[in-house]
Amino acid sequence: MSKWDISDMGSWKSSQFPLGAVIPDAGNSRDYVTGGWRSMRPYRDPETCTQCLLCWIVCPDSAIRVADEKIADDTFNFDHCKGCGVCANECPVEAITMSPEGCELPGVK
Amino acid sequence: MPEQKTVATTGNSVVAEAFRQCAPDVVPAYPITPQTTIVEEFAKFVAQGRVHAEYVTVESEHSAMSACIGASAAGARVMTATSSQGLALMWEELHIASGMRLPIVMANANRALSAPINIHCDHSDAMGARDTGWVMLFAETAQEAYDNTIMSVLIAEDPEVLLPVMTCLDGFITTHSIDRVQLMDDESVAGFVGEYVPQNALLDTDNPVSHGNFAGLGGPYFEFKRAQREAIDRSKAVVERVGKAFSDLSGRPFALIETDMMDDADVAIVVIGSTAGNVRHVAKQMRAEGLKAGVVKVRCFRPFPHAELAAALSSVKAVAVLDRAESFGAEGGPLYLETRSALYDLEHRMPVVNYVYGLGGSDVKLELIRSVFDDLSDIATGTPALHGPMYLGAR
Repeated sequence: MSKWDISDMGSWKSSQFPLGAVIPDAGNSRDYVTGGWRSMRPYRDPETCTQCLLCWIVCPDSAIRVADEKIADDTFNFDHCKGCGVCANECPVEAITMSPEGCELPGVK
Repeated sequence: MPEQKTVATTGNSVVAEAFRQCAPDVVPAYPITPQTTIVEEFAKFVAQGRVHAEYVTVESEHSAMSACIGASAAGARVMTATSSQGLALMWEELHIASGMRLPIVMANANRALSAPINIHCDHSDAMGARDTGWVMLFAETAQEAYDNTIMSVLIAEDPEVLLPVMTCLDGFITTHSIDRVQLMDDESVAGFVGEYVPQNALLDTDNPVSHGNFAGLGGPYFEFKRAQREAIDRSKAVVERVGKAFSDLSGRPFALIETDMMDDADVAIVVIGSTAGNVRHVAKQMRAEGLKAGVVKVRCFRPFPHAELAAALSSVKAVAVLDRAESFGAEGGPLYLETRSALYDLEHRMPVVNYVYGLGGSDVKLELIRSVFDDLSDIATGTPALHGPMYLGAR
């Protein structure tokens, strides 16, 4: 989590914001939930998967989880997967399939 | 007191000299007439090792200001110069520089905008950028261009301000004419502007920050703009403070507006830039002929010194505002609109008339200025004032 506490940002006055819209902390993109942008949801079939890790390499959002040098059972970080389908497209054994997303997305109210 | 030497040289050459003395870390620039010799001379200083700056040759003014923004966000003291179409090409970056609160200093050689193509003086370029959030100073002479440039660095970098500053000088008239200028010694200028201590520098790896962020719908965009408005309002006192400090150091006067013969004036002309000299000259002639003429020169256009202008003009009977720029479709030129607004709260409002003059470098002859004072004399004694801008000397 970010060291920068913005939990009550909604009540900040203009003088309380950092100069020039700077974010005074690094590595905070992790805190920004972008999974709500997704319209297609990936699914990995563990039977077909050969553990080549190509999906982990190509994912532009680092949203493929790896544990013990293997694709984790809980494969996708849906807080950050935008459903781009690059993983499904690149999978050499077609172990990843994309299906239309439902309405219960992270960060979507 | 600093050691000062008097030289005969051009406005551009003393702006380049001021750049060198202010020791910027980075100068990204693209040449354009009539600014070219500023960056040409500065490039020479870099090549000679007389200033330790990174001089970045870019492929356009859009890139020049983009490089300025990147370098300033990184924590560098950044200066550049442009003119006319170049300033127009920078337009989106002008807003970004001020919105990101980057203290970039830019000299602008005032020149007309196309079409038709014209390389000569008017204020259309700078006035077009008057709402981009930059502090704006205008020089009457090469001396003022030199002085304003040095002051700009301290104004921009003031922690109360942290906004970019545009320091304007009239194309060819001031940029290229040989003028008498007093230059300060390097140590005095270095001591005056001091070392730049950046806030939120990207190169400060111990305190990592992210610049250029998003504040969209529901985000605090509105609050950031309010903070910017508060900063440029605060900058007025800073411009005055820095001006006073520079004045004490150099022995040369500085004020947001500079008044001549205004104490008992019945009529006054409000003007910006090199034409102020002509107006002052004619005002003295008019005085000799019995008209109590006065002159108000606006040296700081952003933030606009409304209160000072209203106070200076409060007791005159008629005012003429000379605009070297148009605001097509508006009631008059930009300086006229500001001046009329500044005078609105006065108890006794006087007629205020507007003359657009000198567009594209068209000559500002003394008899034209005289005709304005003659008009003012008539208006002050009861002739109805004409409405809408008059084109001074245009056929």
